[in-house]
Amino acid sequence: MSRSQRRKLEERFFKAVMRVSLFGALLILSLIVFTVVQKGFRALSWNMLTQPSQGGYYLGGDEGGILNAILGSLYLAAGATGIALAIGLPVVFYLHAYLGRSPLANTTRLVFDVLWGIPSIVYGAFAFLLMLEIGMRASLLAGMLTLALVELPILVRAMDEVMRLIPPDLAESTYSLGTTRLELTRILLRQTLPGLATAILLAFGRGIGDAAAVLFTAGYTDAMPTSLSRPTASLPLAIFFQLSSPFPSVQARAYASALVLTVMILTISLLARLSLRQFSKHVIR
Amino acid sequence: MDSVVSQLSIQDLNVWYGGQHALKNITLEIPRHEITAIIGPSGCGKTTLLKSLNRLIELNPHTRVTGQVLLDGENIYAPGVDVTQIRARVGLLAQKPFPLPMSIYDNVAYGPRIHGLKNGRMDDLVQHYLEAVELWDEVKDRLKSPATGLSVGQQQRLCLARALAVKPEILLCDESTSALDPISARAVERLLSSLKNEYTVVMVTHALRQAHRMADHVIFLWLGELVEQGPAEQIFEHPAEARTQAYLSGEIG
Amino acid sequence: MNKISGLETIQPAVESSRIQRRAARQQGQRWRILLDKLAGQGMGAITLAACALIIIVGYVLITRAWPLISTRTPGTLIFSDAWHPSQGEFGFWAFIMGSASVTLLAMLIAVPAALFSAIYLAEYSRARAVLKPLLDVLASIPSVIYGLWGVLFVVPLVRDHVSPWADRFLGDAIPFFANHNPTGYGLLSGSFVLAIMVFPIIVSVTDEVLRSVPQGMREASLALGATEWETTKLVVVRKALPGIIAATVLGFSRAFGETLAVLMVAGNVVQVPRSLFDAVYTLPALIANNYGEMMSIPMYDAALMAAALILLVVVLVFNIMARLILIHLSQESKA
Repeated sequence: MSRSQRRKLEERFFKAVMRVSLFGALLILSLIVFTVVQKGFRALSWNMLTQPSQGGYYLGGDEGGILNAILGSLYLAAGATGIALAIGLPVVFYLHAYLGRSPLANTTRLVFDVLWGIPSIVYGAFAFLLMLEIGMRASLLAGMLTLALVELPILVRAMDEVMRLIPPDLAESTYSLGTTRLELTRILLRQTLPGLATAILLAFGRGIGDAAAVLFTAGYTDAMPTSLSRPTASLPLAIFFQLSSPFPSVQARAYASALVLTVMILTISLLARLSLRQFSKHVIR
Repeated sequence: MDSVVSQLSIQDLNVWYGGQHALKNITLEIPRHEITAIIGPSGCGKTTLLKSLNRLIELNPHTRVTGQVLLDGENIYAPGVDVTQIRARVGLLAQKPFPLPMSIYDNVAYGPRIHGLKNGRMDDLVQHYLEAVELWDEVKDRLKSPATGLSVGQQQRLCLARALAVKPEILLCDESTSALDPISARAVERLLSSLKNEYTVVMVTHALRQAHRMADHVIFLWLGELVEQGPAEQIFEHPAEARTQAYLSGEIG
Repeated sequence: MNKISGLETIQPAVESSRIQRRAARQQGQRWRILLDKLAGQGMGAITLAACALIIIVGYVLITRAWPLISTRTPGTLIFSDAWHPSQGEFGFWAFIMGSASVTLLAMLIAVPAALFSAIYLAEYSRARAVLKPLLDVLASIPSVIYGLWGVLFVVPLVRDHVSPWADRFLGDAIPFFANHNPTGYGLLSGSFVLAIMVFPIIVSVTDEVLRSVPQGMREASLALGATEWETTKLVVVRKALPGIIAATVLGFSRAFGETLAVLMVAGNVVQVPRSLFDAVYTLPALIANNYGEMMSIPMYDAALMAAALILLVVVLVFNIMARLILIHLSQESKA
């Protein structure tokens, strides 16, 4: 075999390896979605979506559905996203309007990247300790606050990336009109609104899927979430607890929960990407 | 011009980027062992023409090429042609120096190694080409250090040595001195001029003075069309086309 | 007369109103600047507080774990696998080895596949515009779903096919492939589920890093007659190597802290795994499984917080390392 033939063969071989890796992995990832849909679809019914669990989340109860978990998850993630946004927006504004291109800005980014990397179980343990300290019980509010910790770094870094796309000329020309930094934040906000929506959706998606952070802090219950100070069910924990039950009727609730959660997450994730594409037409780049 | 003198013969070359018709029906000859300069206003297709001569143009997505480029009578776009062999014969010196992420020595040795030269003769080869670009004395004590440590002017000479080390017949230069300081630019220009005894050089340039100083043969492109080509003195002294005249006098471009 | 006197009376009035307006404007200006400053300080304080979260989390965990840390030697705490909470023995070695083995094996499975995939995506594929978002969407699937899939698909596969097969053909010769665990819940299942989970993350970061390699460098190599694969192997990957390492480290730290997906399929037996099919117990699983009893046994709470602390320290070290590499790279590519 000539050298040039050997080189071509090597190229072809590794290209094949790459294709097998990528499409193999994509196949497995799709298989996960497929498994969830197949199992979940069989378990799903109208009652499943419109009734809370009955008969305990471990012991067999043929009645009831997962409405308590669906609502619990939505409340948890919505509340957490709201709290994270209330903290995150000032941080991003400060980063862009006040710190600008100073080295301190990059240090702040590094800190949030690192915060992003902290496992949610650590946030959960941390929050659980604080709750013990002040005598707070596992509740919807505690779950929201803990999830907000998990979401905050994601939200800040995603919003930050969006704002970094604004050309620096915009800030300069705005300042040259005599605008203060505080007033600049309004322009930043208007310019990046669609991108911020994407960031919020991403954080919401992360929050709704997280289990380890709410395990200690939000607790679990068959009851509907009615009060901030009472424990609440959530979809990830519904899957986790009900899957380990020996009773098929309870396991079915886990499958239904998995399907609902997956559909929610995929919808949010797609929406986030679409909204970025849809609205970015109106933004000056 | 007969085929003995012309080394590259371009026939009816068209290039499209997506829907944009970047080169239109180009037919011309590039003479052997001379310096051919491609001139014209920005965006007229100079770099496109240059990069279609070693098929680097195909790296851009959605590119379509029709027509022929004959290298010593053989069409480089013919099916079954080994593009790596074409590129080994037609080298490139880019606008900015891009040293490969390895040592000075390995930069020069990269091409020969790929084409199967054994390591035994490598030291001599590396020294030879570093001497040829007048870089040897400056780097002989730090051959193993990364090439990124060199100045931009030194990097460009290193890139020239790297291109020559695969023994190309033709050297394509894409505004190769425009990113350099005046002294390095002069040095590279002088090197290129001295190369024409052994190599055919095709250069794209923005600087008319440079074309004036260096070129034996000039090609004038205008919005993807070949307007005029010929010996340098003819184009510069007695351009036949009004557009060439206007460009040379600075009225357009 | 009238006119003049009228003017005389109007003139000062105009003058005074102009002064008043200027004063008002100045006051407004001062107010704007003050507001600007106050808002800045407020937002700065919030930013600082958020950044201080790392230290606060670390501090709270340390104070809660202190009763245990201060009364044991590192030998009995870290390097001992004696875990008998009711007798006051808290050796983390089995959990540390559990976490380390599951994570390392997961990386061993995920990294080569992810690298080849990222290279294909960044260098070859024309369908990148479709594949990259698809991968990002799949990356957003929560870990419990991966765990569920692990229970439904991976565990039965390992139990019924992989482990009997490996045990029969390799088990006698190599103890690592021997099977003493008929359940399927164990090291291999945990690693595989984790590998699938971190795959999109590693691909995504590596793809970005590869694409930041300047196109001119690829052209330089191709123009010398190198094939695309030679260019990738000798130039692009070498240039992107620090970034690829950073991507791997990020994936590692993500996998190391993953809780439920592993907990659901890894078996959770306190032992140092000796075989691919042994059940393993990871640090996050330890915390998640036992927080309910943590107040009922003395020192148990301190032990669980020490586990969280180990987790935090490992993840912080790896994360900071990876981020510093990436920051260094992005500054280099700008220069």
